[in-house]
Amino acid sequence: MIIALAGNPNVGKSTLFNGLTGMSQHTGNWPGKTVDVARGRAVRNGREYIFVDLPGTYSLIPHSAEEAVARDAICFGRPDAAAVICDATCLERNLNLVLQILEVTPKVVMCVNLMDEAKRKGIHVDIDRLSSLLGIPVIATVARSKKGLNMLLDALDGLDDKTDNTQNAPIISYPEPMERAIALLEPHIATHLPEDMSARWAALKLLEGDDETVLCMAEHIGCDISLMPDVSAVLSNAWQLLSDAGIDGPAQTDVTVSAIMKKAEDLVTETVTLDHRDRDSTDRKIDRLLTGRITGYPIMLALLSLIFWITLVGANYPSQALSDMLFGFEGILSDGLILTGLPDGMRELLVQGVYRVLAWVVAVMLPPMAIFFPLFTLLEDAGFLPRIAYNLDKPLKRCAACGKQALTMCMGFGCNAAGVVGCRIIDSPRERLLAILTNSFVPCNGRFPTLAALIAMFCTGSAAFSSFLSAAMLTAVILLGVLLTLVSTKLLSKTLLRGVPSSFTLELPPYRLPRIGKVIVRSVFDRTLFVLGRAAAVAAPAGAVIWLMANTTAGGQTLLSICASYLDPFARLCGLDGVILLAFILGFPANEIVIPVMIMAYMSSGTLSELQGLTEIRALFISCGWTPVTAICTMLFSLSHWPCSTTLLTVKKETGSLKWTLLAALLPTVCGIAMCMTVKAISSLFI
Amino acid sequence: MGGKMTLGHMVPGERARVTRLSTKGGMRRRMLDMGLVPETVVECVGQSMMGDPKAYMIRGAVIAIRSEDAAEVTVSPLPAGTSSEMNKEASQ
Repeated sequence: MIIALAGNPNVGKSTLFNGLTGMSQHTGNWPGKTVDVARGRAVRNGREYIFVDLPGTYSLIPHSAEEAVARDAICFGRPDAAAVICDATCLERNLNLVLQILEVTPKVVMCVNLMDEAKRKGIHVDIDRLSSLLGIPVIATVARSKKGLNMLLDALDGLDDKTDNTQNAPIISYPEPMERAIALLEPHIATHLPEDMSARWAALKLLEGDDETVLCMAEHIGCDISLMPDVSAVLSNAWQLLSDAGIDGPAQTDVTVSAIMKKAEDLVTETVTLDHRDRDSTDRKIDRLLTGRITGYPIMLALLSLIFWITLVGANYPSQALSDMLFGFEGILSDGLILTGLPDGMRELLVQGVYRVLAWVVAVMLPPMAIFFPLFTLLEDAGFLPRIAYNLDKPLKRCAACGKQALTMCMGFGCNAAGVVGCRIIDSPRERLLAILTNSFVPCNGRFPTLAALIAMFCTGSAAFSSFLSAAMLTAVILLGVLLTLVSTKLLSKTLLRGVPSSFTLELPPYRLPRIGKVIVRSVFDRTLFVLGRAAAVAAPAGAVIWLMANTTAGGQTLLSICASYLDPFARLCGLDGVILLAFILGFPANEIVIPVMIMAYMSSGTLSELQGLTEIRALFISCGWTPVTAICTMLFSLSHWPCSTTLLTVKKETGSLKWTLLAALLPTVCGIAMCMTVKAISSLFI
Repeated sequence: MGGKMTLGHMVPGERARVTRLSTKGGMRRRMLDMGLVPETVVECVGQSMMGDPKAYMIRGAVIAIRSEDAAEVTVSPLPAGTSSEMNKEASQ
């Protein structure tokens, strides 16, 4: 049995999907998270259910490619059943979709989710009454506790077993002229449609003048009903009928939408009771803080800094412990390998090349990544991100972009590739491109520890309040990234991507209490596995490559120094040096290996034999010529250089165009070089 | 009632009833889907830091709408003390 999971964005559809199928698709408390249609399987009592998790949509009239996917699946995909997930705390608007879907197919189960949130807010929903009024099964669920799932499956079984296929009376009665027009059209349409497609619904679409849906219908059933002679003749009569009753043009859609809204209103009046009038007062208070005139930006900044601070402090101990353990183990590994009789060169490749880089990534990069991501997920789940988009909409609008770009920027914090995919939530193609091209200015999880390490090494060290200072500096760097995003967005929208800002609405969902324990455990685990996997796939080979380059000589010089010295002159102009530039180039597959590569390269020509911590590394860098300017330029370049290979591939996939992919690579690079050159030039005036 | 009052003129705390939707095209349908049909009672619950967009409580959900779009929705003010839940009573 194939069941389409539909519903408004942000109602817990994906949570339900995960609960039913046991998959762990990422969920977040803001719209747009489900960007690919996921399918999952559940088996119970020998029955198999295939669930299709559709993108969230407010109605069956799509406004974006995402919503079109949902519409097509329900209207034309002909699933065996549709399960519409609704938010118990906001039933009225959710019912809009339920009613629209009921017009398309009677095989619907309604799932009233977030019952725990409703209870918390003193909202009571009379499930049984709702079920009898709608004529379909209605199940109360708390998806994140997996409550009600079995009942849902029972209801689906019931639908499947139902052999009585007589259609119920139409769920919505439109005003009389509309009903007469529908009655006129319906019989003529029915002959052209497959048996399980609703003629009433098709008639409505024709009467509303919804050409797009009719065209889609034509594609799916192989026949354009509006072109059928008998239909079009009756259609003009029907329109005349409506016109005579004073309903014409856009008023047709208004009539149908108003009727649906009124029905939804009535249903809610009869089935929902509130304990107290002001159920949203806490949410409004928090919103006043987060989005208020004076408090908005400072609080957002403070929150960001707090997260950085927790990450930096929290990562310290595990980092130190891992560092001691892994680097201490190096000697043992080396000795062990000697015993196996491995040739010296091979052993050194493995220990000093592969192992060192791996050890660095695990000891230094993993802890911050494993801490930051869960914290960020908590924020997401609680519902803060739409408020950020809300606050940043005006500046983004000034740059001719869409407020949702703020959301994709936030996604970019986790991973730029994910941020690029997330741009699908932006309806306008032009604005989507703007968001895609500028996403790399937000440092991803791989670059964040690099920045943190550089800041700790060169700017704060063990100064008093160093963790606060580090957090503050990190925040400043991120703000710079945001500024770069805004500036480049504005630039692009004035040159290559000209256009006017589109309209958009943003829903500010109620704040939800995230399940802190569960999120943290799951997230830390996932992230750790992911980083370890990447380390093995990218860092290890990179370590081998570097070692080879540092130990293969050609004409008296190692390959490494040949490459580095080739890059050196240009790099010096940017306040960097050949090794740093080479490290960034080699970091193309994964940004987290940039520092390890630098260390490796310096060590092969440096004097340090052992690395135990950031102070030693700082000493190494300084001994190889680093100055504070170098540190600053490296940080700037880390913030603004070509996206990693995964991101670029994703950009190519999302835009389908080599041209834009190239621009996505060039834009941050050119910005980075320009900034570094400027800093270097200014500094040479003073030093 | 003096000149036309629009959604955009509302300040946080104010309540009003939608009288007309002048928006066209996709945005119109989007607003309808959000519940901004004539006779709906809306409440302005906040404004963002630059005064734009503003947040409105519409049929139980909080939606942010940009000023240029809010300017297309004509509303008639309601006296303080009317709640969105009284929507039904008022329209009956």
